[in-house]
Amino acid sequence: MTDKPLSNNDNASVDLEAIYRDSQIQEVLDRLDNELVGLKPVKTRIREVAALLLVDRLRREMDLTAGTPSMHMSFTGNPGTGKTTVAMRMADILHRLGYIRQGHLIAVTRDDLVGQYIGHTAPKTREVLKKAMGGVLFIDEAYYLYKPENERDYGAESIEILLQVMENQRDDLVVILAGYKDRMDKFFQSNPGMSSRIAHHIDFPNYNPEELLQIAKLMLAESNYRMSPEAEAVFADYVVRRMAQPNFANARSIRNALDRARLRQANRLFSARSGHLTKVDLITIEAEDFLLSRIFDDATSLDAEDTSPS
Amino acid sequence: MLTNPTNQVTQGQFSFLPELTDEQITAQIKWALAHGWAVSIEYTDDPHPRNTYWEMFGMPMFDLKDPAGILMEINACRKTFPNHYIRVMAFNSERGVESPAMSFIVNRPANEPGFGVIRQEAEGRSIRYTVHSYATDKPEGERY
Repeated sequence: MTDKPLSNNDNASVDLEAIYRDSQIQEVLDRLDNELVGLKPVKTRIREVAALLLVDRLRREMDLTAGTPSMHMSFTGNPGTGKTTVAMRMADILHRLGYIRQGHLIAVTRDDLVGQYIGHTAPKTREVLKKAMGGVLFIDEAYYLYKPENERDYGAESIEILLQVMENQRDDLVVILAGYKDRMDKFFQSNPGMSSRIAHHIDFPNYNPEELLQIAKLMLAESNYRMSPEAEAVFADYVVRRMAQPNFANARSIRNALDRARLRQANRLFSARSGHLTKVDLITIEAEDFLLSRIFDDATSLDAEDTSPS
Repeated sequence: MLTNPTNQVTQGQFSFLPELTDEQITAQIKWALAHGWAVSIEYTDDPHPRNTYWEMFGMPMFDLKDPAGILMEINACRKTFPNHYIRVMAFNSERGVESPAMSFIVNRPANEPGFGVIRQEAEGRSIRYTVHSYATDKPEGERY
């Protein structure tokens, strides 16, 4: 292979800064930093992807052709670690960088892709793919697509169509597969074709108690609530106790806990019937709203508070 | 036909123009989607101008955001019916309109034999005229 001869315009410069500003990508990345707590490896990878696409755009302006990079991703992590939220942000980022045309996200599960009888699967999968064109297709719990114990399962057909479109229409659509780490690993092992077509494997770490507390504050602020200082201390204790219990689903458990606290707060205000409530009363969640939780009831602390799965 | 120098069926939009390329089709579909119209694909092998209801190729495509999905379907239809007429329709469901807003042919047979005039002697010395597609002399599915 010989190098191309240097020409005069090899020193021509392109304005990285201008493109960076035009794409308003900083705004998205800042929002990512502010609104998503923790998730260091995820944020680093998103930054890398953004840089790659930005540089790719500059190269295109210089007529340096290269194949479009593959942007299919796999998000693995425990429940409630923010996979769907990040996927939504990802669609926005890819859209701003001009990698996808529309920037919408279609979230599907096995039910939306796999049919009930012979000949039902292909049209169903294609229907979903058509809707996702120009945007991001987010397949939650993707490992359910492949059921090795049933060789007549129609999931394999769906995977086949997915693979074909992922390969041939890379410009039109980005596929993000999500699920628990161990089961996704097994899924990729039994579908090497899928694994090799996915460029970015991103693992979502669990949150630590401080991060969860921060998330709780963000969630409350979003719905115009706040915790009193005593409540905050109690909640920090609550988080540690809750984490030790089974069925802990990171941010999702926190959201559920807060919803229940709101319920108790409303109940407390209602039963007090003090007549005049100030705005502060209405927005403040007190320590007792958390203390009433079963988590603090040591006798029954063995059974999980949310009985719902995940 | 003297009035139709390209000697091909002219129906719907753009049919006096050269065949649309895929980029041009994409641009047209983009326009339809931007208006919120539902795009569908139909095919037939009976080119008679009064043959309004063609066969549907799959369902009309609602809730699509990007023309790539429709182009994918057009290509699937072309693969299945390489020698049929295929048209793309955009349906405007707005209240009070509720009718196709666009319709254009995206695929046609390689060889279109055209139409002949049929004269029928009627009452008195009057004559009735109609057109007849030479292609329809053969049964459906074997015409092109």
